[in-house]
Amino acid sequence: MTSYGSYLLKRLAQFVLVVFIGINVTYFITHATPIDPVEQTIAAATSFGQTSPAAIETMRESLRALYGVGGSPLDQYVTFWKRILIADFGPSLSAFPTPVSTLIARAVPWTAGLLTVATLLAWAIGNLLGGLAGYYRESRVLKAVGVIAMGLHPIPYYIIAFVLLIVFGFLWPILPITGAHDPGVERSLNLPFVLSVLKHAILPAMSLILVGIGTWFMGMRALVSNTVTEDYTVYAELAGVKRSRIMRSYVMRNAIAPQVTGLAMSLGAIFNGAIITEQVFGYPGLGTLLIAAVHAGDYSLVIGVTSVSIIAVSAAVLLVDLAYPLLDPRVRER
Amino acid sequence: MLRILRDLLRYNRGFGLGCFLLLLVAGMAALSAVSPYPPLDVYVVPPDMPPSAEFILGTTSRGQDVFWQLTLAIRNTLLFGITVAVLSRIISLTVGLLAGYLGGAVDRVLMSVNDTFIIIPLFPILVLFYFVMRDNMSWTMLAVVTASLGWSYDARLIRSMAMSLRTREFTHQAVFSGMRAPEVVLREHLPYVLPIVFSTTMNNMNWSIGLEVTLSVLGFTDINTPTIGGMIYWANQHAAMVSGIWWWVAFPVALVVCLFVGLFLLAVSMNEYIDPRSRLARTGGAG
Repeated sequence: MTSYGSYLLKRLAQFVLVVFIGINVTYFITHATPIDPVEQTIAAATSFGQTSPAAIETMRESLRALYGVGGSPLDQYVTFWKRILIADFGPSLSAFPTPVSTLIARAVPWTAGLLTVATLLAWAIGNLLGGLAGYYRESRVLKAVGVIAMGLHPIPYYIIAFVLLIVFGFLWPILPITGAHDPGVERSLNLPFVLSVLKHAILPAMSLILVGIGTWFMGMRALVSNTVTEDYTVYAELAGVKRSRIMRSYVMRNAIAPQVTGLAMSLGAIFNGAIITEQVFGYPGLGTLLIAAVHAGDYSLVIGVTSVSIIAVSAAVLLVDLAYPLLDPRVRER
Repeated sequence: MLRILRDLLRYNRGFGLGCFLLLLVAGMAALSAVSPYPPLDVYVVPPDMPPSAEFILGTTSRGQDVFWQLTLAIRNTLLFGITVAVLSRIISLTVGLLAGYLGGAVDRVLMSVNDTFIIIPLFPILVLFYFVMRDNMSWTMLAVVTASLGWSYDARLIRSMAMSLRTREFTHQAVFSGMRAPEVVLREHLPYVLPIVFSTTMNNMNWSIGLEVTLSVLGFTDINTPTIGGMIYWANQHAAMVSGIWWWVAFPVALVVCLFVGLFLLAVSMNEYIDPRSRLARTGGAG
């Protein structure tokens, strides 16, 4: 078997394992805790008015069937997996009778779009600046960038998003702070709509990018400061290769591979950040959906969003991992 | 030990600043012991007072003194971080040292599980957990769950160190002199990995406190234990920013940022101290 083939198989196995363990954790949390979701939903539904005992009993039966909590533990486990594999999480209780999968399908493009753009921008800018800072060590500008990156990096997404909200929402209100586009704009592929979407995405994306740049910047600067002392770099310098070329083909090219692995490893954390950012800026993605579902007590929607998040993030990690050999010939060819 | 501290303070500005910020935060937390008001009492002072000589950080719309509320909140937030750090250290040390030392099938299984926890988005899982537990969610339980999710990065790091320690001479000697695996790992390898564990502890605390703040801001924790996130939650509930009560939000945010930056600077300077290459680079000895 070729080297890439075995690499592919290994990564696929890892993907299956991650999804398997993730979904099992979800199952365990929802089924092994002492709280009965059916009784909780009934309590929430009946707390606002009088409901006859017969109606409650009917509701209990239908909820049991819906959640798949009837039968033996093995039955429940099998039902749970079946629902996940055919992506059918039943109707949402807070937006009855819209299926959960429809609500999720509506939210995914917003999250995916925001995440892809923000992650790629943060990764590219952070690595470029970090690489430059590692190579041109004397530059005062890059040193200043380093200090800012170090200051921003440890602060959690929520605080950054919150500060941006305060600055651009209250102190200097120039950017929209809620929603994904202006409510009046027609939702089709025309210029006003696209501009409106872009304008609304600036703040959520910026909060993700600000944190992200710091991480990639510091990682890349450390990697580059190791590659510049390697023999081949010193040799290229002595041989009079142009500095820009050394920087690009000798230093950055070798330091970038670990950063791709780093990207794959941190996608989960970035996703967490996106959920929080969406919530702060009222962006209509998975995060806002998840938190609204928790507040509304919508059990099937919460399980749906959690499972889809696990599968989506693992799939994204798989994609990054599969792209890795393109950058690292040692994995591509034996 | 004292000499190391003195050297770090003298040559590493990051370490000094980090220590200063953490001392500030710890000082605030210590003051909670002499707080004149019980943590959960409301309307003990006139509400919505701006910072003044009497109420140095102002008062909230719920009639609480921001300064004293903040001391209690930062104490609980800090305790949460430390609890999670200690618990998750135990897991990551066990997994990392065993996987690295034993190798083979044990290593493969442990690392597969480990990588899974690195990849899985943990926030939705914590939210799901809160959703199921609701009012039964306690501070301790959140700490235990967070710890059981947050050990994977460090376990990988510790494993890589244990793998190289295994091939060292003293390990062979220990094995030949009849030490069993748990003994070798505990007595021979643990001391080597402790410094790096100490430095990653700071990052782990940042991570767990960040999660806790986020969850409490959303109202997804036990709101009867005052924390930094809880304070921001109540401020949001009362629309503090809209009604101009900025001190209710600004001071908790500023204090927790001090904590984050302080912990992070300490971790970075510890790392630099542990890794002699970067120490040399700093003093101009190499590269």
